[in-house]
Amino acid sequence: MGYLIVKKVDLAPTIKKFEIQAPLIAKKGKPGQFVILRIDEKGERIPLALMDTSPEKGTITIAALEAGKTTKKLNSLKEGDYIANVAGPLGKPAEIAYYGKVACVGGGVGIACIYPEVKAFKKAGNYVVSILGARNKDALILKKEIAEFSDEIYVATYDGSEGFHGFVHLLLKKLIEEGKHFDLVLAVGSIPMMKSVAETTRPYKIKTIASLNPIMIDGTGMCGCCRVEVGGETKFACVDGPEFDAHLVDFDLLMTRNRRYIEEERIALEEYKKVCGCKEGC
Amino acid sequence: MAKIREKKVPMPEQSAEERIKNVKEVPLGYTPEMAIEEAKRCLQCKPREGKEFPPCVEGCPVNVPIPQFILAIREGRFDDAIKIIKERNSLPATTGRVCPWENHCEKACTLGKRQGYEPVAIGWLERFAADYERAKGFAIPPKPQPNGKKVAIIGSGPAGLTAAADLAKKGYDVTVFEALHEAGGVLVYGIPEFRLPKEIVKAEIEYVKSLGVKILTDVVIGKTITVDELLEEFDAIFIATGAGLPNFMNIPGENLNGIYSANEFLTRLNLMRAYEFPKYDTPIKVGERVAVIGGGNVAMDCARWARRLGKEVYIVYRRTGAEMPARKEEIERAKEEGVHFMFLTAPTRYIGDEKGWVKQMECIKFELGEPDASGRRRPVPIKGSEFIMDIDTVIVAIGQSPNPLVPQTTPKLKTTKWGTIEVDEELRTSVERIWAGGGIVRGDSTIILAMGDGRKAALSIDKYLSGQDRSWKFKAEG
Ligand SMILES: Cc1cc2nc3c(=O)[nH]c(=O)nc-3n(C[C@H](O)[C@H](O)[C@H](O)COP(=O)(O)OP(=O)(O)OC[C@H]3O[C@@H](n4cnc5c(N)ncnc54)[C@H](O)[C@@H]3O)c2cc1C
Ligand SMILES: Cc1cc2nc3c(=O)[nH]c(=O)nc-3n(C[C@H](O)[C@H](O)[C@H](O)COP(=O)(O)OP(=O)(O)OC[C@H]3O[C@@H](n4cnc5c(N)ncnc54)[C@H](O)[C@@H]3O)c2cc1C
Ligand code: FES
Repeated sequence: MGYLIVKKVDLAPTIKKFEIQAPLIAKKGKPGQFVILRIDEKGERIPLALMDTSPEKGTITIAALEAGKTTKKLNSLKEGDYIANVAGPLGKPAEIAYYGKVACVGGGVGIACIYPEVKAFKKAGNYVVSILGARNKDALILKKEIAEFSDEIYVATYDGSEGFHGFVHLLLKKLIEEGKHFDLVLAVGSIPMMKSVAETTRPYKIKTIASLNPIMIDGTGMCGCCRVEVGGETKFACVDGPEFDAHLVDFDLLMTRNRRYIEEERIALEEYKKVCGCKEGC
Repeated sequence: MAKIREKKVPMPEQSAEERIKNVKEVPLGYTPEMAIEEAKRCLQCKPREGKEFPPCVEGCPVNVPIPQFILAIREGRFDDAIKIIKERNSLPATTGRVCPWENHCEKACTLGKRQGYEPVAIGWLERFAADYERAKGFAIPPKPQPNGKKVAIIGSGPAGLTAAADLAKKGYDVTVFEALHEAGGVLVYGIPEFRLPKEIVKAEIEYVKSLGVKILTDVVIGKTITVDELLEEFDAIFIATGAGLPNFMNIPGENLNGIYSANEFLTRLNLMRAYEFPKYDTPIKVGERVAVIGGGNVAMDCARWARRLGKEVYIVYRRTGAEMPARKEEIERAKEEGVHFMFLTAPTRYIGDEKGWVKQMECIKFELGEPDASGRRRPVPIKGSEFIMDIDTVIVAIGQSPNPLVPQTTPKLKTTKWGTIEVDEELRTSVERIWAGGGIVRGDSTIILAMGDGRKAALSIDKYLSGQDRSWKFKAEG
């Protein structure tokens, strides 16, 4: 028993997209929200953004990047497999409204997280500029899907294999310097990426939102594991966020806190490699 | 008749040296002989003038027929004993372990009032009867005639489970919604394995299910389904979401690595079984010198867990031992297990290392001043008494607040300034067809008080849905 995987799609070598039967969450999930899942009895609870929902089909869509044991194990599951637990939608929905010109900046698997917001901002009448960053051309995901709802789309890769050569915040900076005006910037990606985007927009006083990714357990405000500091105040990202004013977020603290279990994460992965059974040896 | 023994028949237990090396229960339970011997001490009191029950039963928030079940044990009718208990208490193996009897039934026990006598070991006898039945396999109670009415219960802690069981026994179609992946509330995520083995909680929940109660996990009411939607589908709702929001002190450095809320520390260990990492995926990281801030039962649980992880542990409490709210028994056990106590002390800030981990804690000393509102002498900080202590893990156990998720997403529900839901004497809220009880109404509470609320709400819901009393006279101030 659990939640059926109805569809699995490879978005990139280490990013898989899953459509999962979860009718209650499908009915309620909004852009910016997330779910917490647990693969099996011995599993940990991990948060993943809601990429899409289909109330008609009763399914939700998520995308996971292989970061450690749990996401590797998740990505090894197949259509027809079950996930023991999926709870959600958690967190506050994104504040979707008409702002004018909105830049949605996604880095890596963060592109999957901005996808529903690109759609929603567009639907709310905004002029949407999507800016996607990836390590290289092969790691770039969802370009076509996002282009469909964007007025303009730009790509940055670290190795220059596609689009702008370099980090995505530098591409954003270039666009601003070239005279592009934005009323709102949304950034979802790695912590250094979101921090850099915040520093890029700060001098221009462009309202900037980041979706934070602290370690979580329950996702209901019960444990305080997900504490972040915003404007000098402690917040629980799972109930007060995950989206916050990026200019007020203490990204260095978030980075430090997310390294709490680095040693244990390594051990978990080593142990998993012994039993995972994949040909590549993970 | 033979002379009654003055002291309780002692319950065998693991020695302190032994038990800090494992996560097994400390008290090991009575044998049938011991239970019968202890049951003989009961005076079989009758109700006092003008009272409905004998003193011990009056003292029990769910009114377990104590003299009757003890008589059954004395006569070796153990099946009867558990049947009698379960008429009123659906979680006897739990209350038989972690209920503060000394404040309830055993406090009221007539024998215990005699000079030199201990009260009857009512809690231990309850545990005996419950364990006896579990070892044997539950008797599945007969299913009542369904009455066609549906009740939703939010939260599967002791309050929710008790209401669910009571209503199911009356023929209601009951569904419990639980946010986490496992039912039980604090019983599964808060109270340590060594005080309440999770296998036992599971078995108690299986019993509640066998009454016909449906439990849906992974459902966060307010998020997955709203209270308004539940009102459409169900005839009545009981909110039992507990007091699960951890309090912090808001002092500098509190977000350094190595500083946990008690809830996070306990949830990792109990619910997620981090003590079995990497067999279980969830890790926990605890340094060598652990400070637990607070003096309640939760603080004792954290301290005793940390001892079992092999750490040096300090309880840091701003009043003295006499004012500690924890049960005496828990304090004693913590002491036996080598936990150090620092009284009249509280942290003022935490100091981190270059990698962002806590390495020291600055504390201030207190002295006791005038009594405060609670009647306890107020701790007053001593100027200039600050000192630094080396510490690499901190667990903040200074209390919990009501979980705001349901009230926040149900604005019609009146709440107090402490965030608890306002109710009348029958636990009816400001919204018709919604009742609330347990931690979400009381703030910090106990298992038996939460269960008492579950029972009271079930009675009131039954009165309302059966049409006996349809009034809804919520008297919220203001
Ligand atoms: C609200 C929210 C939404 C998220 N959405 C997505 C998503 O849509 N897709 C996706 O792939 N990931 C998402 N994440 C991150 C995802 O939860 C983590 O990558 C995952 O928990 C890692 O688990 P693991 O066992 O595979 O790796 P671990 O072994 O636990 O960690 C491996 C590496 O990942 C880092 N890490 C650990 N936990 C997290 C975390 N919570 N966030 C970020 N990095 C972490 C560690 O520092 C480590 O370097 C989200 C996180 C949050 C809080
Ligand atoms: C560590 C610790 C040790 C304790 N030790 C003792 C002891 O020895 N003896 C004693 O008598 N008392 C003890 N207590 C207190 C006792 O556990 C509580 O008073 C009691 O559990 C309260 O019961 P409850 O049913 O109101 O709530 P809880 O047990 O807190 O259960 C509430 C449940 O509701 C769920 N929930 C919350 N919000 C939602 C939502 N929106 N949707 C769905 N579900 C939701 C929660 O996940 C939880 O499972 C202890 C408490 C702690 C924390
Ligand atoms: S994850 Fe537990 S409080 Fe946010």
